[in-house]
Parts: sequence; C-alpha cells; structure tokens
Amino acid sequence: MENLGPLSEDGLVRLLNHQGEVLQDQTFSPYAAHLTPEKLREFWHDMSVLRAWDMEAMSLQRQGELGLWVQSYGQEAAQIGSGHALRDPDFVFPSYREHGVAMTRGVDLPSILRIFRGLEHGSWVPAEHGFHLYTLVIGAHALHATGYAMGMDRDGLVASGDADKDGAVVCYFGDGATSQGDIAESMTFASVNKAPVVFFCQNNQFAISESVTRQTNIPLADRAKGWGMPSIRVDGNDVIACHAVTQWALEHARSGNGPVFIEALTYRMGAHTTSDDPTRYRTKADEEYWSERDPIDRLTTYLEGADELPDEFREAVAAEGKALGARTRESVRGWSKPATLEMFDHVYAEPHSTVQAERAWFERYEQSFADVEASN
Amino acid sequence: MSDALINATGTTTMTMAGAINAGLRAAMERDPKVLLMGEDIGALGGVFRVTDGLHKDFGDDRVIDTPLAESGIVGTAIGLGMRGYRSVCEIQFEGFIFPAYNQITTQLAKMHYRSQGNITLPLVIRVPYAGGIGAIEHHSESPEALFAHTPGLRIFSPATPQDAYDGIQQAIAAPDPVMFFEPKARYWDKGEVNTGTVETRLSDAAATIGISGSRVAREGTDVTLVAYGPTVRLALQSAELAAQAGTSVEVIDLRSISPLDSDAVVKSAKKTGRVVVTHEAVTTFGVAAEVSARVTEQAFFHLHAPVLRVGGFHTPYPGATFEHEYLPNLDRVLDAVDRVMKH
Repeated sequence: MENLGPLSEDGLVRLLNHQGEVLQDQTFSPYAAHLTPEKLREFWHDMSVLRAWDMEAMSLQRQGELGLWVQSYGQEAAQIGSGHALRDPDFVFPSYREHGVAMTRGVDLPSILRIFRGLEHGSWVPAEHGFHLYTLVIGAHALHATGYAMGMDRDGLVASGDADKDGAVVCYFGDGATSQGDIAESMTFASVNKAPVVFFCQNNQFAISESVTRQTNIPLADRAKGWGMPSIRVDGNDVIACHAVTQWALEHARSGNGPVFIEALTYRMGAHTTSDDPTRYRTKADEEYWSERDPIDRLTTYLEGADELPDEFREAVAAEGKALGARTRESVRGWSKPATLEMFDHVYAEPHSTVQAERAWFERYEQSFADVEASN
Repeated sequence: MSDALINATGTTTMTMAGAINAGLRAAMERDPKVLLMGEDIGALGGVFRVTDGLHKDFGDDRVIDTPLAESGIVGTAIGLGMRGYRSVCEIQFEGFIFPAYNQITTQLAKMHYRSQGNITLPLVIRVPYAGGIGAIEHHSESPEALFAHTPGLRIFSPATPQDAYDGIQQAIAAPDPVMFFEPKARYWDKGEVNTGTVETRLSDAAATIGISGSRVAREGTDVTLVAYGPTVRLALQSAELAAQAGTSVEVIDLRSISPLDSDAVVKSAKKTGRVVVTHEAVTTFGVAAEVSARVTEQAFFHLHAPVLRVGGFHTPYPGATFEHEYLPNLDRVLDAVDRVMKH
C-alpha cells in the first residue's frame, strides 16, 4: 500500500498481526491479558457464526426474500471485539451495519431481518438489550448517544464509586459519517459536558463508492485532537486489539474522564449493500490485499498455532452457523404481512385526530371491498 | 416576574413572555426531569428573557447553556429523552431552526413509530417566530407548516398569555414531541392568567386536550375568520371593524396546528357559510390551504363563497421596511371579508 494519509498504518495499535503473531503494546496489552484461549474461542465462535448468518441473509436477499441486505462481512473483529468489552450498564448506539455488536448484546439475529423485509423499522426493544435501534441517517445517532450519556451522568451512573455500576455509551459509525456535522456537534457536546461516550469509528474505507480519501486527508483519529479527547487508532481486523482498546476507552469514560475516539481501520469486504457494485470503484488487487488480512483467518491461524482450535469445536461452530441459517430462512419465509391498519399505529403516543380520522376512513374504505365481495 | 400583578379575582396580569416563564418554572418545580436547553438561556435569560431567573434558581444542570449548534441541542435532547428527561429546547429564532430540521423530522418525529411505541420522546421545542418587530433576515419568519407536514410532531402556537402559560405546561407534560411556536411580536402583550387551572388539566387522563383544541375567540354569524398565534389579535381587530360596518365575524383561534381542530372550523363554516383564514406564513402550501381543503371537503354545500387566504407572499421575508405590506394587515383581512360577503 502506498502512503495514503488516512489509510496509513501510523500509530495503529495491533496485538495480533495477520500472520497470527502476538505483538506487545505497553498501554493496551494489559487490557488483553485476561483473554484466555477459551475467551478467544468465544470470539472466534461469534465471528464465525456472524459471518455464516450474514451470508445466509445475503442469499435470502438474492432469492427475493429481503428487499435489501447490509453485510457486516469483514468487520467482524471490530464489532465482536468491541462488543465483548461492553457490560450491562453500558448502552450502544449503532449505525446500521453493527449486526455483530447486536449479537453480543443478545439481539436475536434473525429478528434484524424484519427491518429488511419491510415489516417494520425497528425490531427489538432497545432498553432490553442496551442497544438502540439502527439509525439510517448517517451520524444523526451520535447526538442521541451523547445526550444519553449526559443522562447517565446525571443519573449517577458514571464515576459512582462502584465500578460495577458505572456505565458508558458506545456510538458506532463509519468513515463517511465523520464528514457529517452531527458527528462534529456530538464531539463538541460530549467534550464540554465530559459525557461518557466512546466514539467508535469503523473506518471500512468506503462510503458506498467513495474512498475515505474523499472524507479526510489525515487519519480520522487525529480529528479528535481538536476536541481535546484521547484517540486511538486500532487495527480493526485484530479482534484482540479491538477488544483491548475498547476496554481501555470504556474504563476511561465510565470513570468520568469524558469521551474517547477510536478509529478501527478495517475493510468492507462486501458491497455497501446488495444494491451496490464495488467492481465499479475498487480493484481486485485491493480486495485480495485485504482478504489476506481477514479478521477471522488471523485468529484461526493464532489458535491453530497454539493448538487451541480443536476439530470438534470447529465442527460444532459450523453446525451452529448452519442451524442458525436454517432458522433464519424459516423465520423469514414465515413472516406474513401484518394487518394493513397497523401502519397507523404508534405515530403518536396519544391519539391525534388526523391519524384517527385517516385510519377510520381507510378502514371503511377497505371494508367497502369486503362488502362488495360479500354481496356478489 | 416583575410585571406580574395578582388581582383580587385570583388571576395575575402577565405578558406572554412572563406567562411562558411562569409556566416553565411551574413545570420545573413539578418534575425534576424537566431540563431547559438552548443558547444564551442561562445567565442572560434568553435573548427575549423568557427564561429569566430560571438559571439562578435551578442551576447549570437544569438550565443548560448549550454549544451554539441547533442540531446538537435537539439531538442531545433526544438522547436525554431516552433516559426519561423532558428537555425544553429553545431555538433562539425560527430562522435558525434549519440546522436542527434533520433531527426534528427524521429522528424526533419518527422515533415513537420506529420503535413501535417503545420509545417516547416528550420533548418541547420552543420557537420564537413570526414578524412585525423590524428585525433583520431570519428573525421574522413563520416555518410552522414545514413541521405540520411531518407526522409525529404536535404543533402549538399560543395567542394569549393564558394559553402560553397553560400550553407550555401541557406541552411539557405530553408524551409526544411538541413544537411550541411563540409569536415574538406578542411577547409583551399583557393579559390575565389564571394560574390555578392548568394543574387540574394536567392530572386529567386527556392531558393534551388543552393543546389540541381551538377556541372561539369571538362569536359571529356572517364570516368565520380563522387565525392562530400572531394573527389572532389582528383577526379580533378586524372583527371589531367589520362589526362597525354591519358584518358579524366569528374568530377562531386554532391554537393547535397539528392536530388541526377542523371540526370546530367546519362547524363554524356550516353556520356562517363563509371562511377566511389568515396567517403570517407564506400562503402557498400553508396551514390556510389545509384549513381550506378540509372546509371544502366537509362543508362544501354550506359555503356561499370560496374560502379565502390572507398570508405572507411567496417571497423570502422582505426587509423590515416592507413588512407592514408583506404581512396580513387590517386592510387585507377586511378586503377578504368584503369579498366573501359579496357572494
């Protein structure tokens, strides 16, 4: 790779390279010290099951069962590594590609597809998972994350004196989002209010077709300096490093020290969505370069080298992925269209006369066809 | 407020600004989760002094001088709302609301729907609006129709200190987002405010009825004149002059723009057969057009004349020297009354 400014590897925290070798970092290695082989197998399990499920969703879209699919393919380490650093009191504001984080927060993966089958706009209860709904307007949720964190602070959930009780917010967004005013405003609000927010930027190098070099001339993590907040650049395909830096950042935020910015440099191995065609704007060589840095492969290499990835475990994980795929397929095909009148539900918390009148009119209108049929 | 006087009847004489201030204070005393957010609302008390004294009494944590970023104000208030805080956001002038337009229309208005009722956002966005104060650009506009066109928002605009006092508290108590459009030219008009009524209504199950319904500001039999916010006073003055000329004008103060209390307008239209609607906002695609459509749909055979609209022209708000001609005034409203009477 030539030196491309925002894509340079300067200052990148890396604890496991793509050859599967463990590297040391004075600040962050201690935050990975607790990762036993068993815990690393759990990461490997989650990343593998996530990818299998992601591919199943892709097939369902190709078969016409989903209107659209947005893959997390290639970003498994950034999502699973950071997601496993979260605890119950923490709260996540995802963008719309964070299926891996959703998984670590206990969201049932198949249920996510209700959104992409056009049944609803949000298919889980955020409070039950500490995981907000997907936000499709790029960067808009960073302000919600910041406000939520300000609320946690007011509610005594930051630097409470009881570390188990303390919480923080992690806000996920991409490289494209960093150009949005809402990201800049949220970093302003978070820093002046010392809000416990971890801004987790997955720099997957593309905003649909636009290279990150259309968003910035410098590494994105450097932007945080302007807000006076600590920032970390991490190898986003290194699940161990992603986990370690997120642990560090969450501790910093939960202890009342204010926000942190993490840039996880990764690569969107798939298309932006199923409507996209990456062959029009990126090269095969580029894809191959990043394929060699596949986040799952490097953990496989490491665990195999340490003789910690027994065949029966691998087979069990493969079977689990397959079973999840089957359950997903069955669920998706079984979801029928809700009653049409449901589209009028929940516009307001209290009755609104316009919605009520239109709903009543539409009900009569629909009924008029039934009446005609009945009389025929 | 220094300009408040308690009368023997139990009412208090207040300006509209003072009434909103008193309403905010009452809401903050009632509920510790009520926060105020905005630019210059702290020590300064807001550029119109509507939050005067509240920072001193409630402190930094509840009266928050925010960074100068309107999207940030509304966006962080949404996040706070998800933790149960009821933020009242002040947008300094209506012309500066557009940086927050995205947060208001794509997030605030849609969150309850998106979450299938799991997330309620009881936010209030206070917007000093409308003209007539000789201001420079962006300080005299009426963008309410842009928000009324967005499902998920409630839009209210008081015309009297009493409605301002009650309305701001009902808006804060409501579980839905409410945009509270304050006619800034009316901030210093005085009126009697009964501070004893609102609490009862808030404890009622139908707490938002107060901010959903219109009121008949003056009864009449020949023409229905519909107004809200800044044009209610104009409508009442027009009705007075029309009466002197022998025409009986009924004035309806909509108060709520979304929902629109069209039942009341239709009922009046069926009685008078003639309807004129006046607002400061640009007439095309505006609130008056919606009122006109509903009256036509629901009272067509009762009408003696087409529904007429009197509002701002399809130009940007002009320099202040033009505003007397640009805004609806007595001559233009009475001209419309004459025209519907000729049918």
